[in-house]
Amino acid sequence: MKTRTFLGFVAPSLVLMTVFIALPLVLVAVGSLYSTNPVYETIEEQSCTPGFLGQTCTTEKRSRAKLDADSHPVIESHYVGSAAYTGLLQPAEVARTFSAAGNGISDLLALDFYAALRFTLTFALFTLPLVIGLGLIVALAVNSVLKSIRGPLIFATLLPFIVTPVIGALSIRWLFIGDGILTAALRAIFHTDTAMFAQGWTIELLMLSYRVWHTTPFAFVVFYAGLQTIDRDTIESAIVDGASRMERLRAVIIPHLMPLIVFVALIHLMDSYRVFEEVIGFSSQAYRISLQFLTFNFLTPDQTGNRAITRASASSMLTLVGIIVLLVPLIIRTWRSQRRRG
Amino acid sequence: MKKTIAATLLSLLLGTSAHAACSFQNTVPLKSLTAAFDAWKAVTATMGECGNIQSELDQDFRLKQPAAFAANPALYQLGGVSNGTLVPLLNGGTLRPLDTLVAKYGQSLSPNQLIRIDGKIMAVAMDVNAQHLMYRTDILSDLGIAVPTTWDEVLAAAEKIKASGKMATPIGATTKPGFDLGLEFINMFLGYGGHFANPDNTPAFNGEAGLKTLAMLKKLTAYMDPEYLVSESTFVQKQFQQGKIALSNLWATRAAALDNPAESTVVGKIGLAAAPAAIAGGKPATTLWWDGVVIAKNTTDDQADAAFRVAMEGLSERTVKAAPGAAVWLIKGYTPGKYATGAIASANGAAPPYPSSVVGGLVGSVAGDNVADFLTGKKSAEATLAAMEAAYLTKAKDQGLVK
Repeated sequence: MKTRTFLGFVAPSLVLMTVFIALPLVLVAVGSLYSTNPVYETIEEQSCTPGFLGQTCTTEKRSRAKLDADSHPVIESHYVGSAAYTGLLQPAEVARTFSAAGNGISDLLALDFYAALRFTLTFALFTLPLVIGLGLIVALAVNSVLKSIRGPLIFATLLPFIVTPVIGALSIRWLFIGDGILTAALRAIFHTDTAMFAQGWTIELLMLSYRVWHTTPFAFVVFYAGLQTIDRDTIESAIVDGASRMERLRAVIIPHLMPLIVFVALIHLMDSYRVFEEVIGFSSQAYRISLQFLTFNFLTPDQTGNRAITRASASSMLTLVGIIVLLVPLIIRTWRSQRRRG
Repeated sequence: MKKTIAATLLSLLLGTSAHAACSFQNTVPLKSLTAAFDAWKAVTATMGECGNIQSELDQDFRLKQPAAFAANPALYQLGGVSNGTLVPLLNGGTLRPLDTLVAKYGQSLSPNQLIRIDGKIMAVAMDVNAQHLMYRTDILSDLGIAVPTTWDEVLAAAEKIKASGKMATPIGATTKPGFDLGLEFINMFLGYGGHFANPDNTPAFNGEAGLKTLAMLKKLTAYMDPEYLVSESTFVQKQFQQGKIALSNLWATRAAALDNPAESTVVGKIGLAAAPAAIAGGKPATTLWWDGVVIAKNTTDDQADAAFRVAMEGLSERTVKAAPGAAVWLIKGYTPGKYATGAIASANGAAPPYPSSVVGGLVGSVAGDNVADFLTGKKSAEATLAAMEAAYLTKAKDQGLVK
């Protein structure tokens, strides 16, 4: 292909990627270095609140946002450098944790960012093998049932993937919270006082299982499509050579599906590193938070109506760095295999 | 086509009957954004009778209102606020002073409904609300327990109920991290006589009152459902309705629901009293809230005029008649009934108003984010207060409140 034609083809997507991906990223990176805030003034102010018989009025000195002539708040912006990053990563606190005075890991995990990082990594890395493994098993199973029932079976298997993540998480939560029917069932079976939302690990278990249940169909459908492209001859010669089912799986099917497994792993890691819906759906923020939830929390106006945009930007940049680090091995692998072929 | 005609006819019919009760016919299209609890349902229903008003009821109004009011023209002309949600709107300068409108149309208001900030009327209050003690009269009298007046007595009562085997977790509380838990902290903290900040806005809550507050909250959780960290008002309300708890500091606006036979199993067995004090003989450890209406600054004079008149209809005696139990109304024509006794007793005990100040908002925010770490045992009380202090300073510096 001529360079000109090639450029003509990719130019639109390059432009779109610059406008919708690169530019926002640069803006967020710059935003994490500047702090924008309203200017406050201290005034003596009389304020009255209703009582039952009369009014309680108090005069006191208090801070309020300064308004300009058009009564818009006066906003100022200044460069803060890496302050937002230091505030998140708390290097001084980390050093103290691992010094003689600290308690090591348990103190480290009391810091929001590291607690979120710990959960996010566990979430991404634990669900990955389960999703791939289950996806493969389901794909193999569906592939070996009668052709006539495969259609409805595939449809039913895909259902969990269609459910909106937050709604799905909420429904599972309602099954377990308080006297939810499944918790009640667990109590009846094991005769223990089970409470799934009273400690962190049970909630974490629910969140992990939910994500596996939710994304396995995606892995399944990709692998199932891959199974359709396996050369029947290779399988049959393997059978003739006396290879068992397991040997065929290991020597023929898995190598054939490998590029798809890498693909599913890439997508799954990217998705699960941004875990967010489960935290909201299972309202786990007292016990477990994720990096994406941390950003969300910074962006939610607090009770003074202020959003911590600077820290939210810094936390998004750190999430981005995390995803890149996590994906590097897989990307290198793909790149190498492409080069071998090319 | 037939359907369209039928729909038009229906809307005409409904339209005409809807205007029937309103004292004037509103011709300016208006929109309102308020919270979604019963009091607002009653007020917006009455406002709707004037026509041309579209009411949006949303429990997350707090997050939507500042941006919607800052738009020009404002996306909603009329807003429902409480003293806790007023600060962001004042900080944004998005509210219209109501002095002239009150003079023109506000004859029916009593002076204690007018919320003055820096001398100007910025909001008109319609009800007061507070978290106060609700208890199971039958269980307390069965076990010969007097109605608790301090939190220590609440603990003792809870121990007795637990020991009697009637209930495993007799206490309920709104302890979900975020707004609810933040408010629990503030209520108890003010009860112990704490101060949020020094005059230069630097934090002052990391001290004795803070430690006592955390210790008391922790002691209470021992008598709560182990899943207390997901518990907000509706959760506690259901616990009461299903007979799982006997004592709770719950919002006055929830009291009527506990006597609703359609959803409650404890009808007629609920007593209301002032919020318990933190220190014996002290003020009830709760804060007084009010709900009221505001008008956006970015509206035309005509819109503001119409919005205020519609709001006055909403805050009229007709609303009180339609829903006397929905709130502790400040509106004329309201006679306090059973469901108001707890809030009134708290107010008479000199419970302080919720601090609608930037500092109060910051303390509520950092408490809501951090107190759970102490309750789950992740951090010690000292470390939790230190973390709250650090978070407060970060936020305050972010905002330029502390240099």
